[in-house]
Amino acid sequence: MKQGIYTIVGHEPLTKDVYRMVLSGDTSAMTMPGQFIEIGLPGFFLRRPISVCDYDESTITIIYKVVGQGTDVMSKMQKGETLDALVGLGHGFEVERSGDDPLLVGGGVGVPPLYHLAKRLLAAGREVTVILGFNRAAEIFYADEFERLGARVVVTTVDGSVGVKGFVTDALPEKFSHVYSCGPMPMLRALYGATQGVGGEFSLEERMGCGFGACMGCSIMTKNGSRRVCKDGPVFDKEVLAWQI
Amino acid sequence: MADLKVTLSGLELDNPIIPASGTFGYGYEFAELYDINILGSFSFKGTTLEPRFGNPTPRIAETPSGMINAVGMQNPGIDRVISEELPRLKKCFHKKVVANIGGFSVEEYAECCARIDREEQVGIIEVNVSCPNVHNGCMSFGTDPLGISAVTKAVKAVTKKPVYVKLSPNVTDIVPLAAAAAEAGADGISLINTLLGMRIDLRTKKPVIANRMGGFSGSAILPVALRMVYQVYEAVKLPIIGMGGVTSARDVIEMMLAGATAVEVGAANLIDPWACPKILAELPAVMEQYGITSLRDIIGGAH
Repeated sequence: MKQGIYTIVGHEPLTKDVYRMVLSGDTSAMTMPGQFIEIGLPGFFLRRPISVCDYDESTITIIYKVVGQGTDVMSKMQKGETLDALVGLGHGFEVERSGDDPLLVGGGVGVPPLYHLAKRLLAAGREVTVILGFNRAAEIFYADEFERLGARVVVTTVDGSVGVKGFVTDALPEKFSHVYSCGPMPMLRALYGATQGVGGEFSLEERMGCGFGACMGCSIMTKNGSRRVCKDGPVFDKEVLAWQI
Repeated sequence: MADLKVTLSGLELDNPIIPASGTFGYGYEFAELYDINILGSFSFKGTTLEPRFGNPTPRIAETPSGMINAVGMQNPGIDRVISEELPRLKKCFHKKVVANIGGFSVEEYAECCARIDREEQVGIIEVNVSCPNVHNGCMSFGTDPLGISAVTKAVKAVTKKPVYVKLSPNVTDIVPLAAAAAEAGADGISLINTLLGMRIDLRTKKPVIANRMGGFSGSAILPVALRMVYQVYEAVKLPIIGMGGVTSARDVIEMMLAGATAVEVGAANLIDPWACPKILAELPAVMEQYGITSLRDIIGGAH
């Protein structure tokens, strides 16, 4: 983890309430896809935890949805402005566990952290299938970006306006070596049920205090005891999650 | 040169800065970030006799200039703290630690303190009679002079270490509670714990926090903490560890002027993990700005 001042070098809406922001600064603390950053905003006490969509030697790309006052303020920030952020937080997706033909499943704003993961898997020569689930056509983002990386992309919409009508679980391929996912809990629960017998890692979301393991604000009970979503996760082996609890 | 040294019940601290219980775990998350030996001490996560998972999530809400938590005293239990956490801490922290102890009955407080009494790493026992986030315990002792008296006496009977009673601000008058702790033999007073607070989510129209209410902390509560430290300093002749909303060197000095001998820093650690080293770095310059050469000299200076 590092704290730094980051300059906004790109910022644009992808849909009505989902924005992409590119931050320039020290990215040396980023070690895995699926990690997150904590953004401090003027006038707000707590930082905002936001998953990292992509990163390289000097930039971090985040995609976030405006859900409250903090993200609303963030969405009005301009290129050239700076943000204080804690970077390189949490345990992310383990690229080494993918097998030959991994499946990536994203739901809504759970899609972004899968992007850098897909990049890394494709660079390692894996055959990557990505299922992106949205409610309706107007909410879709990043399907083209995943395709440009070279992944096989399937879009599902609940209303059937684009791609497969239904949920992500209605579009699962016959065979895949490992499943990586991020999205709302009901989606993860259904996906867990539909992918029994195949290994996988799911990224969870929780209201956080600190974001680096100090306050116990985001503890969940797993089959192996209590774990902190911010420090031990946000990505967990799907088998250790206590689906019954 | 600025003299930062202070003494709590015979325990000399290099400086008055002590990360507050519940914001610093058992130390090692922060030891990865900086040498925590620069601190005066730190108060470890509130520990109970039995392990506790705590409350369901969401446990955290934001407020103007602060936050609410309802963690619910999640901790591995006193025996694992002694067998695992303290030995691990010994490798990265070479000073005496403040042991924060919670409980649900007088007997439980006493048993917990008896067990921690044998640990030479512990310099002070901070008895938490003021956690607002657990039912049938803690704060119900801390808001009743008889409860405070009973817990303090029971703990004092089983330990030779200095006992600091951590008081709740969720009372009409703090003075009788501090006086009850003093009369029962406490060596010092810690205050304030969090204020009971609440937020409601406009979308769900329900409380944000699963436990509905939680402990309000952060810079917003500094004036309440200062007022209570000031009142307790006037009422009892015991050293005070002051806390509540401290985020800067100026806040530390203000808290000491109100009557604190040492100062705990809480929520500030959660939004800036380097908050304590930053406060320590700026203290000498702020002291010089206000003509202070020794922090000992300013304790209770506002009276």
